[in-house]
Amino acid sequence: MKTFTVVLTGNPNCGKTTLFNALTGLRARVGNYAGVTVERKEGALTGADALHPVTILDLPGTYSLSPQSPDEQIARDILFQRVADVPAPDLVVIVADASNLQRNLYFATQVIELGHPTLLVLNMIDVARDQGHEIDTEALSKALGVPVIPMVASEGEGLDVLRQTLRGQAKTPGTRHVIPREFNELPEGFGREAQAIETALEGHFPHRSRLAAAEALLLLSDERALSTDGSTGGPRYPETLIQQVQSARQRLEAAGVDWRSAAIEARYARLFAIEQHVTRETAPPGELLSDRIDRVVTHRVWGLLIFVAVMALMFQSIFWLAQYPMDGIEAAVDALAQWVGSSMPPGDLNDLITRGAISGVGSVVIFLPQICLLFLFIGLLEDTGYMSRAAFLMDRLMSRVGLHGKSFIPMLSSFACAIPGIMATRTIETRQDRLATILVAPLMSCSARLPVYTVLIAACIPQRNGWPGLTLLMMYLLGIAGALGMAWIFKKTLLRGEPPMLILELPPYKRPMLGAVLRQMWDRSKLFLRRAGTVILGINILLWFLATYPRSSEVEEQFIQRRAQWKQSVSNPPTPAETETGLQLDHEEAGEKLRQSFAGRLGRAIEPTLKPLGFDWKIGIGIVTSFAAREVFVSTLSVVYNVGGDGENTASLAEVMKSERRADGRAMYTPLTGITLMVFYVFAMQCVSTVAVVRRETNSWKWPIFQTVYMTSLAWILAFLTYQIGTRLGF
Amino acid sequence: MTPGERAVVARIDIPPEQRGRLMEMGLLPGTPVELVRFAPLGDPVEIKLRNYHLSLRKLEAEKIFVR
Repeated sequence: MKTFTVVLTGNPNCGKTTLFNALTGLRARVGNYAGVTVERKEGALTGADALHPVTILDLPGTYSLSPQSPDEQIARDILFQRVADVPAPDLVVIVADASNLQRNLYFATQVIELGHPTLLVLNMIDVARDQGHEIDTEALSKALGVPVIPMVASEGEGLDVLRQTLRGQAKTPGTRHVIPREFNELPEGFGREAQAIETALEGHFPHRSRLAAAEALLLLSDERALSTDGSTGGPRYPETLIQQVQSARQRLEAAGVDWRSAAIEARYARLFAIEQHVTRETAPPGELLSDRIDRVVTHRVWGLLIFVAVMALMFQSIFWLAQYPMDGIEAAVDALAQWVGSSMPPGDLNDLITRGAISGVGSVVIFLPQICLLFLFIGLLEDTGYMSRAAFLMDRLMSRVGLHGKSFIPMLSSFACAIPGIMATRTIETRQDRLATILVAPLMSCSARLPVYTVLIAACIPQRNGWPGLTLLMMYLLGIAGALGMAWIFKKTLLRGEPPMLILELPPYKRPMLGAVLRQMWDRSKLFLRRAGTVILGINILLWFLATYPRSSEVEEQFIQRRAQWKQSVSNPPTPAETETGLQLDHEEAGEKLRQSFAGRLGRAIEPTLKPLGFDWKIGIGIVTSFAAREVFVSTLSVVYNVGGDGENTASLAEVMKSERRADGRAMYTPLTGITLMVFYVFAMQCVSTVAVVRRETNSWKWPIFQTVYMTSLAWILAFLTYQIGTRLGF
Repeated sequence: MTPGERAVVARIDIPPEQRGRLMEMGLLPGTPVELVRFAPLGDPVEIKLRNYHLSLRKLEAEKIFVR
């Protein structure tokens, strides 16, 4: 039984997603298109005939068939039937915003010309009516040559008509209509050249001949449609065809026709005429509610205050509100590990499952509350229309370092955690801007660095005159400066490109659809768990292995003996002091085993590279295990210094660290060592979860590896400078 | 132009290979536009055309001439 495939397409902000949710219920499947991080949303039409199922594919919002972002490229390629795992559409449903008719019809008519069976949903007719535009849908249908269904998707108006139409089409699919090229009154010569290219295309690609007319028009007028470097997707065109298009462009140029803009101008001229013909003005244009809101929200003073308030609320929620579920998850993971640990015979397998697998999975799940909250906020900001205003407000600041206003929210989110921050870069269209933002986002001090800073400040910084707080603030500022500075450098060198032009639509505000926002939040979070989870789990098991093996029988025997001695000497019941000695024995054993392990040896092996920074091999072990996650530093040091494994004992750990001496008797953890180590942690890439997410989001190992290398080198160099200059200055 | 002022686009002096998307958004010679406001930090600028709002940086907006 063949499924009837409906493709839903249209401009951004036209209400397409609302319509999609209404048609499919909340049972859509969300995934990614193969090889790119473009969200793929599809679902079954609810209430469809069991014998004639209908699948609806929601394409990313698109302004035109000449793509400017990976999202738009996928949409174009699907409409041109170039995406291998997406079947040719049986029906294309174009959604157009009735209150923004001309620009929406620009894309709509481009799609109609492709010749698929097509129908147009004229959405938001209520908004258009409120603005005084009454649209004659029958006249519009006649002008466009496709059926037009008026709709108010947010209120469910017109939905039944569309549903019935889709069901009917699934039973008796319509034939494709022949489109006279009536949306373009092309200038003299242009049409002739397009015709010739169309004929050539039909010869080269007979299986796609019905798209040839539209493709010819794009080839002739879209600068980048011809490129064969793969950067814009598209098929490789034969050399003869490329030659033909280029000489056609030259002939047009010689004749004084601008081949880039001729088709655009011709189409808009035609659309203007169509709009005049089908619209009746019933009221003079007045100020809309959305305009009134904007007068406050983008106001010189109020606008900035509101922005700061919104960001503070969002940041605080991610930071503090997430703390409660995170504590809960941590407790649950610990309890599970304990339960499994005690119900299995002790041994390596037990240890692998409890400390490798369960805590590995736990280290991923722990991020879930922050990720969910961030996606909830981003969803709300996007859905209400505030997101574009945030970009509008912040563009000035971000453009100083060569970035886009849209980079602001991902960078801010990275204070909580770089993972949701990096996932939030999906809203940035330009590849270079997105990559630059991904590369610098982990430099913002995330919440996992906080325990590291806390213990180092407690151990190394004088606890008076506000020094601790000031030091913490300095570390956060250092991260911000580093991120902005590196973004500037990347945009000047590696990711140089055309200076990004800002073309940002400011759509009217609307009430958010909470159900859809929550649904989207959950879909995106699930995607994170599934994909990133597997990589992180693997790496955690590897790190467990490094910290556990090889086992030395000598050490084990030594501790068996010492424990036996302790058991003989204790009174019954043991005194508090004796219990303490017993625990101390456990800590010493754990410490000795770690020192003997691969991780311990690695710590010693990298000691020469750490000496210039003033670190010893014990810190080295901490740095090595920190590559799993930064906060592991604290628990590792606890083990190294025989304080006990859990990170709770920050105070006692700090006390032990204070008494730690170098070989020459000087204190190990001086303020200078502490600051040097913190500088290292500000810049070093020590988080496998981030690496896994960057791998996923950039779809290559190249960028995460580059990022790890540049950040860790930068960390080493800056820590080196801090320590050496500090020593010279006599600290 | 000052906020609130309306005019008609006369020509766009942005290089042809960069202005494609701008024109596809409906900003063409002959299109009526209204300058709505400048962002609180002075840049970018918000304009209204074909019944919708669009934001551009001053750098580009300055290359769009009106009559």
